[in-house]
Amino acid sequence: MKLSKYFKVYTKFFYTSLASELEYKTNIIIDLITANLSLIGSIFLLSIFFQNTTDLGGWNFEQALIIQGIYTILNGITNTWFNPNLTEIVNHIREGTLDFVLLKPIDSQFYISLKKINPSGILEIIFGILLLIYCIKINEISINISFLILCLITIGCSICILYSLWFLISTTTIWFVKTWNATEVLRSFLYIGRFPLNSFSFSLRIFFSIFIPIAFITTIPSEVFLSIAQIWKIILEIVIALIFLFSSRRFWLFALKYYSSASS
Amino acid sequence: MINLSIHKISTLLKVQYSNMLEYRVEIALWAISGIIPFFMLNIWTNNNLNESINITNTMLSRYFISAFFVRQFSVVWVVFTFEEDSLMGKISPYLIQPLNPFFRYLAQHIAEQITRFPFALIIAFCFFIFNSEIFWFPNLFILLLSFISTFLSFLIQFLMQSIIACLCFWTEKASSIERLLFIPTLFLSGLLAPVVSFPEFVKSWIYITPFPYLIDFPANLLSGNPTNISGGVTMQILWILILFPLFKKIWSEGIKKYTAMGS
Repeated sequence: MKLSKYFKVYTKFFYTSLASELEYKTNIIIDLITANLSLIGSIFLLSIFFQNTTDLGGWNFEQALIIQGIYTILNGITNTWFNPNLTEIVNHIREGTLDFVLLKPIDSQFYISLKKINPSGILEIIFGILLLIYCIKINEISINISFLILCLITIGCSICILYSLWFLISTTTIWFVKTWNATEVLRSFLYIGRFPLNSFSFSLRIFFSIFIPIAFITTIPSEVFLSIAQIWKIILEIVIALIFLFSSRRFWLFALKYYSSASS
Repeated sequence: MINLSIHKISTLLKVQYSNMLEYRVEIALWAISGIIPFFMLNIWTNNNLNESINITNTMLSRYFISAFFVRQFSVVWVVFTFEEDSLMGKISPYLIQPLNPFFRYLAQHIAEQITRFPFALIIAFCFFIFNSEIFWFPNLFILLLSFISTFLSFLIQFLMQSIIACLCFWTEKASSIERLLFIPTLFLSGLLAPVVSFPEFVKSWIYITPFPYLIDFPANLLSGNPTNISGGVTMQILWILILFPLFKKIWSEGIKKYTAMGS
């Protein structure tokens, strides 16, 4: 069956890239400290905002921590999967090695998006989950099945949107060849996902929900956590995630038509 | 002797400048990626957080736009270039030349900043169109002084990263150490929030570290916010005087360790 084949290939990808990353053991320890400091830094920044006020765009400190937790999880996922793989696309296209990928009897988008893994991001995911568990405790959130399902659905949708954004930008490399810095722009925009959408001015809010749906990525899952999300917002997020996934797929197939091999 | 070194410097800069002009789009994108201070400004003013630290809206806006400028002209990436060059064995030919390879990297950075300048101006111009009341023009003395302190801030960061880059001789992958150093730079330098707004227990020790002199001090200077000018410049020079011998030491040790890789 096709699905089991992809699953088997993926486990192979996972072990080989994990093995090659574990070669640099000190790096992993340093990355652990970095992830830790980064979380402390974000909470420090948040505490500066809350020094003399009790709400930031309608969120109090304990609630804003949830956004921080979800951001940390998503950032960890970005660092584990999206960043190492999608920056590789640039190299593939510049050096013409995309040829080898296209020739393999496997879907090229699958291969390009999941080939590598960077284990240091997993630590961030764990930190994020721990922070969320702590938030559930201090916000006195009661957990039930429907709550869990909704959380998983919205976070899943956020991951899809995030993936599609990264993939869409990386795909443009086929035309522009060098777009390392385009991913830097995306990264800096994603930075605002650490804060509740309502803390921005109206024009920025529109920008971040229509043009680059960063707002949906962290704010809606956090609202689900607090059980204050309206049902239409959740449906909207699912629809947007589907649109993004679909268009990233179409865009990749479209871009491939313009791929002319490089190299000698 | 002096003529020769001037000739060397201008040749290096010219070569690197034409090199950088080739990547205009990339540098433009990079300039755009530095707009985080504007998002932060939006949070500050939109929630009236500035009232609590006694800075008016206008002054805070000026602070953040100055922070944007200072950041634009003090971005350092030498460790990433050096790591690649050292992993690929590209620095072997550089080592034979009678010029420390770090001069080449320094020239690259300065050339990149010159290329970046018009893009930074365009971004600032767009900002002023929407917020014309924030526009100000500092007097020439302040302008010159903030230019110098921005350059000093750039030198501090360049030296810090060069020291880390030299660790490539031992660990091969130094960029993860750089990411570790980037975290305090991001949160403590004043890029996301001015140092005056920090809680007391942080303010008590932060002024001994190099971080507030990287962005907060030059940005305060440029924007006209109160700051201790002579103290700031002194601290910047002091940090350069501490870091430079350290760099020289680690470079001369590391170069003995270097084994050429690649073909």
